[in-house]
Amino acid sequence: MNEAETVTVSRGPLPWVLGGLGLVLLAAGSWLGLFHAPGERHMGDVQRIMYVHVPTAWNGMLAFTFAFACALGVLWRGSWRWDCRLEASVEVGVVLAALLCIQGSLWARPTWGVWWDWDPRLTTTAVMLFLFIGILALRRFVDDPERRASWSAVATVIAYADVPLVYFSVRWWNSLHQVQSSPETVSSAFYLPLRLNAFGVLFLMSGLIALRARLAALRLRDELAPPPAAPGAP
Amino acid sequence: MANDLAVEAAGLSRRYARRWALVDVALRVPRGSALMVAGRNGSGKSTLLRVLATAIRPTRGSARVAGFDLVADPDDVRRKTALLGHASYTYDALTALENLRITARFLRRPHTREALRAVLDDVGLAERADDAVETFSAGMRRRLALGRVLLQDAEVVLLDEPYGQLDPPGFRLVDRLLGRLREGGRSVLMATHLLERGAGLCDDALVLETGRVVWAGPAADLPAQGVT
Amino acid sequence: MTLADALRKDVLLQWRTRARFLAVLAFGAVTLLLFSFAAGPDTGALRRHAPGFLWLALLLSSTLALAESFQAEFEQRALEGLLLLPAPARSLFYGKALVNAAHLTLLGGALVPLAVVLYDLALPRPGALLGLLALGAAGLSAPGTLYAAMASQARARQMLLPLLLFPLVVPVLLSTVKATALLLTGDPMGQLRSWLLLLVCFDAVYWSLCGLLFGRVVEE
Repeated sequence: MNEAETVTVSRGPLPWVLGGLGLVLLAAGSWLGLFHAPGERHMGDVQRIMYVHVPTAWNGMLAFTFAFACALGVLWRGSWRWDCRLEASVEVGVVLAALLCIQGSLWARPTWGVWWDWDPRLTTTAVMLFLFIGILALRRFVDDPERRASWSAVATVIAYADVPLVYFSVRWWNSLHQVQSSPETVSSAFYLPLRLNAFGVLFLMSGLIALRARLAALRLRDELAPPPAAPGAP
Repeated sequence: MANDLAVEAAGLSRRYARRWALVDVALRVPRGSALMVAGRNGSGKSTLLRVLATAIRPTRGSARVAGFDLVADPDDVRRKTALLGHASYTYDALTALENLRITARFLRRPHTREALRAVLDDVGLAERADDAVETFSAGMRRRLALGRVLLQDAEVVLLDEPYGQLDPPGFRLVDRLLGRLREGGRSVLMATHLLERGAGLCDDALVLETGRVVWAGPAADLPAQGVT
Repeated sequence: MTLADALRKDVLLQWRTRARFLAVLAFGAVTLLLFSFAAGPDTGALRRHAPGFLWLALLLSSTLALAESFQAEFEQRALEGLLLLPAPARSLFYGKALVNAAHLTLLGGALVPLAVVLYDLALPRPGALLGLLALGAAGLSAPGTLYAAMASQARARQMLLPLLLFPLVVPVLLSTVKATALLLTGDPMGQLRSWLLLLVCFDAVYWSLCGLLFGRVVEE
């Protein structure tokens, strides 16, 4: 760890701005998607969940990719800043992954009559959810901040490398049975609400990650003793 | 590059989360000399030795041991140092001989039964060579750890409380081994509570208190300071 | 070659504590039995699910075996002692991981006869099955060894290893179970190769990645 570095906690309004902007975009996109876009031909109103589901999926993957980048930052650069961001992005990623699974379930029930349809992407998300919950648990059970940073970075790299492997294994496993589709396909008439929501979730997520990273920095500052006073000082 | 110094450290500090165990430690140990590190429990003696052995990284500051930088070339430092720590560094399920053999093999030193028995003989464990270490007392483990240090034949030897858990014959053993190390031109850093004994065997001394150096000078002057 | 030295050390340690192997085997055997009870006495159903039961039993047993493998290293800080010689962390990892993989392969091999009996299996290609066991064991061993090193040094160690390992090895579980089923009952569509390829990919990725990262887990 870049140990001489004391943990700096940023102060600016950026996270709030991002979050606010995100909420506005999300509200606009959802309103358009839920009330104004025409219902999809075959599945009707149920398909509208895709306006939230697809943006969540994109951003969930983005959160975990950012977590991977932070992990590399911790391992190579060794600064506390990357560790705080890692904690934040893993947590936000876990929330998004959990939301994805819930949304997927909500879509599967009226569509296929089952609560879980083993769709490869959704199932991979469920595995990722557990992978990254594991990383959060790891952080809980390690007391030393430096070790916690190194270890969770290692675990994040290992977990992220697994994602394509999990995806392919689940896809082959499932393809032997029926071909399911997830609420993925969007025809061009529906792009605007989707894009609005995608950016909405992106900004909201970025704001949340930035805020959560600040919280992590504050807690870390409490955990690490400040540099000692000069000799002779009381 | 000054290589008449076995150890040269400046501003060495180490933080364990909420506590600074070492603060701004500076020291110079000329090659072939012996330094005693004294101080109360928790004063940072073990931390200092472990940092110099590269068992842990310093939070701040720098040091050169046997001419190599601690942080940049830890493997080179490790090749030149041997640490007698608090833990015995043994596999308890294995015998004393097997433990030494593992070390000898990694070091590419002779690992024949005779060679290793000779080391065990040196530390008074020859009759227990084939006993599992889990049957050893704390003092015997210490002796085995000492044997392991001897096996390493390092230029800089770091001893953390070498007299700890030993009986009077054990004390004499440590004295003898220290003498041998000095005769062989090795540099020694020894952390100990036994001030008089240590002062008699070492050239210089250093006193630590809550991680800082509060006194440094010739070992002979130490007891006069009345530091306890 | 330090890898050879590390291997020797780990083989010796395993051999000296070989009684534990029997304990872990007993655990695996009981697990197989429990699966039979859970699935009911219908032989057809048991036969169909046998590959899954076998690999789940092996996975569960692996948490015991892997956690044990690091106990000796941290009890008296023996691992640190070796790192300070210096011994490269990578060699220490591969020595341990190889021995763990062999241990798990043996474990799997010992569980197969029991599975044959309990689930009424035929074994047309025992050699291939052994090879599959080795590949699967390797997949469990690489990340398992790394996580065992972590868990042994952290709090709540019993919980941490399965929590971290189980989601990670889903590809191993899927490919080994499918491949085992194909080995036992025939492979009309030639799918075995794809599953084996996935397994080999997983092994390649994690044996390199974990070797690279092990140093960060054991150094301070």
